[in-house]
Amino acid sequence: MKTCLIVEDSSIVRKMARRILEGLGFAVVEAEDGVDALVVCKRAMPEAILLDWNMPVMDGYHFLCHLRRMPGGDEPKVVFCTTENGIDHITRAIDGGANEYIMKPFDKEIIAAKFQEVGLIELPEPSLI
Amino acid sequence: MTPSDYEYLRKLLKDHSGLDLSADKQYLIESRLLPLSRKCGVPGIGDLVQKMKGGSSLIIAQVVEAMTTNETFFFRDKVPFEHFRDTIIPEMLRARANRKSIRIWCAAGSTGQEPYSLAMSLKEMGAVLAGWRVEIIATDLSNEVLEKSKSGVYSQFEVQRGLPIQLLVKYFKQNGELWQISPELRAMVQHRQLNLLHDFSQLGAFDVIFCRNVLIYFDQDTKINIFGRLAKTMEADGFLVLGAAETVVGLTDVFKPFPDKRGLYRPSGVRAASSGGTSMPKIAAMAGR
Repeated sequence: MKTCLIVEDSSIVRKMARRILEGLGFAVVEAEDGVDALVVCKRAMPEAILLDWNMPVMDGYHFLCHLRRMPGGDEPKVVFCTTENGIDHITRAIDGGANEYIMKPFDKEIIAAKFQEVGLIELPEPSLI
Repeated sequence: MTPSDYEYLRKLLKDHSGLDLSADKQYLIESRLLPLSRKCGVPGIGDLVQKMKGGSSLIIAQVVEAMTTNETFFFRDKVPFEHFRDTIIPEMLRARANRKSIRIWCAAGSTGQEPYSLAMSLKEMGAVLAGWRVEIIATDLSNEVLEKSKSGVYSQFEVQRGLPIQLLVKYFKQNGELWQISPELRAMVQHRQLNLLHDFSQLGAFDVIFCRNVLIYFDQDTKINIFGRLAKTMEADGFLVLGAAETVVGLTDVFKPFPDKRGLYRPSGVRAASSGGTSMPKIAAMAGR
């Protein structure tokens, strides 16, 4: 089973994201800010990271920069998930090593589509009718 | 739903999800949340709001999820666009090398995600298509959705459904919460209002027809009739792309499945049987999309 780390300071959004990700077959780990998330990654590198931008202590962008310099830190697929929806933020995130970018609000389909986009999941084949 | 329930939900959705509902979206809340309230075992939205105020974060999460679900998306199902890039266009580049032109029809173009996905796919193929004339004709029953398609303006939700972030950055221009596809891509798509139940032979012959997720709304005889007329309007070596849940198998032999490529079909050369016919179906009602 693949592990997804959710880095997000809102407990409601974490809960919502957890429901969606567990539904997609991930084991979920949570972190409340970037520093917390780095600790999790040092312990065991997850396959996927769903990453908020604005958080106390260390924001998502700085977490990403630290992560990508860690041993094995280029492995996880990082998907930003943030209310920052300006093209400048998106460009900065991609340049910083993010694999995909979700502008909040999100739903199950957006997460599934973006995770499929970066090869984390395969969507089920629809049946013929 | 009382005005105070509405305000409560509006604020909560804004705070938790960024979804910004205007003052007149009661219908949207009702259509999305009534099924959820039934699932939670309460009769109405007022009761659901009470549960939320009681601090049930699970219900709050479900409410946010229900309210932020949308329907249409770019590169829907992905596979057809891989067929387009890896099978259809390479084959057309060989078969049309003299003519250097390809005509593509999106027979249920809807709000434009499919034709623009094809346009982006073509742009991404780059130099191999230099000097080629590629026409994309998007038709739909509804003028309203065609207008939206022509404008090429999409909400933040819509541009996140299936569109890789790199393509968003490359081909769209941001205007607040809205994103507009570039004039260059808009110019690649022509729009026409069309009911598939009516004669469409005036559109001319096509090399490629995308006819996805529209035939499911028709009865079997009508499907057979439309397949017959699609075959007539297609070049003998053309390609038909159907929706993931659609097939010609068991309905008609005017198209045959392309080996190992799900959803991809080619004309078989067999003429439509007279019972299925290629005349207009006797249906008075307008077809739903």
